[in-house]
Amino acid sequence: MSAHSPLLSLKDVSKGFFGLQVITDVSFDIAAGARMALIGPNGAGKTTIFNLISGVYTPDKGQINFAGQEISLVPSRKRIGLGLARSFQNIRLMPHLSVVENIMLGQQSQAGGLLSMATPLMGRSRWRREAEDLLARMNLETYPGEVVATLPYGIRKKIEVVRALASNPKLLMLDEPAAGLNPNETASLRDFLMGISEAGTTILIVEHDMGLVRSLCDQAIVLNFGRKIYDGLTRDVQEDPLVLEAYLGSRHAQENAHA
Amino acid sequence: MSGYWAGILSILAINIIFAYGIFIPVASGQLNLGGAGFQAVGAYSAGWLSASFGLPVSVTIAFGIIVTGVIGVLIAFPILRTKGVYLVLATFAFAEVIAGAILSSEPLGGAMGISVPGYIDWYVSVIFAGLVTVFVFYLMATRFGLTIRAIHDDEDVSDLMGVSVRNVKVAAFGIGAALTGLSGGLYAHSFSYIEIQGFNALVSIYVLLYVLLGGTQTAWGPLVGATFFTLLPEALRSVLPATKNFLVTLFGETGIVAPPDESWRFVILGALTVLMMVFRPEGLVTRTMVERLQFWRPVSRGVTQ
Repeated sequence: MSAHSPLLSLKDVSKGFFGLQVITDVSFDIAAGARMALIGPNGAGKTTIFNLISGVYTPDKGQINFAGQEISLVPSRKRIGLGLARSFQNIRLMPHLSVVENIMLGQQSQAGGLLSMATPLMGRSRWRREAEDLLARMNLETYPGEVVATLPYGIRKKIEVVRALASNPKLLMLDEPAAGLNPNETASLRDFLMGISEAGTTILIVEHDMGLVRSLCDQAIVLNFGRKIYDGLTRDVQEDPLVLEAYLGSRHAQENAHA
Repeated sequence: MSGYWAGILSILAINIIFAYGIFIPVASGQLNLGGAGFQAVGAYSAGWLSASFGLPVSVTIAFGIIVTGVIGVLIAFPILRTKGVYLVLATFAFAEVIAGAILSSEPLGGAMGISVPGYIDWYVSVIFAGLVTVFVFYLMATRFGLTIRAIHDDEDVSDLMGVSVRNVKVAAFGIGAALTGLSGGLYAHSFSYIEIQGFNALVSIYVLLYVLLGGTQTAWGPLVGATFFTLLPEALRSVLPATKNFLVTLFGETGIVAPPDESWRFVILGALTVLMMVFRPEGLVTRTMVERLQFWRPVSRGVTQ
């Protein structure tokens, strides 16, 4: 990959469901090392964009390029191995697995192969040690053996980020990582993500907490009704007339009444 | 050892292996209600080979395992395209097809059944049950076991994590079928006679109950479930007549409610099953329970920042 080509690039991507157009001609680039926010009112299509990038959906039209490769038709299962990892808006950890087992599941694309499937993941396993180290870096070392279903919300939220990280991704996509976290937890999440970014991982987050967006992300993309309405520096986003209109609804107040 | 206890131990060992055969696909979220069909394939493969060619037991049982495993993998591809209750019905239908085919097959004895030479003592089955238990515990501790349990919890996220969901499900189904085939082969040689009526839908239901009531989250579940539900009816067999005699001496024969006698065994078993489903829907042995019972915990690695 040349220094100039972006890590992720969407070109005229559209997606509809049963005649309802959800994403219309969205294009954007994310440079390697960027910290990008994807924002917009509820229903703007942010999570759909995540699902298109991670392969849950196939675009009706357009191209998605990642690390110099067209990935629109790559099966979702293989994308994490290319370096695309994500978290989910509603926590989707495996409730009956322990914390460390969830993280080891996140390593699946790294482990690969038939032989690794037959290898036990007990105390001395390299994978378990790596998973525990990763948890420790997130200050979660007291939890590895606990079954996820029994843990509080904020902790599970963090574990989901760590699970995505366990695949050693080039691009980390987080869907509302700060939702439901208190200000202290959000601050520690911010510092943690900053650390990941400094280590070279590109970050794309969907987030409603503008404090986190401003302090973490240098760039932002704003979606409204499935179209891109802003693509630029985060610090200017709140002065953009289209963005103000989307959120405050100067002319489209009725359409945005419940946004 | 008395013949009675030898019989009980054989059945217990066979039921444990059978339960593990059903457990592995169930642990990946695939309910298999065709257990008796797979067991019949194993039993008839081994029994037929033994009766027709007089081959040694080790060969016939291995043959039963292979045939059942291969059939398991082959039908897994179409059958695992169905989900939930449809999968349950598909596996159930498979067992009915097997039963129908064997019933109308002359070489396999049809409704008459076949006598199986090559008798094996109870301890052979017990040794196999031990080996299978160790094997399943090992399997559940591997990455394969991890992916099985992950698929049980959330197939779509497992896929996004890079798990080849279909391959893992097919492998789980195939390994489970092979173990079920082993239980069938052991059955054929332990009881020297097999008839297809012995592999009916009730057998499939019972073995699924062993697994579901024992607990599907850990390898302890089927062991506890199969043991409990194999031994309980036997225990009730002597407890119930004693209770009846006791009540009769207290109230006389003319009580309004007939005191429970031996025939009440299955009433009690049924009531217990309902109670279990109400109070412990995740089974007798759950993951959290095993965690709590672990006295030795791996020493915390004490990582400091």
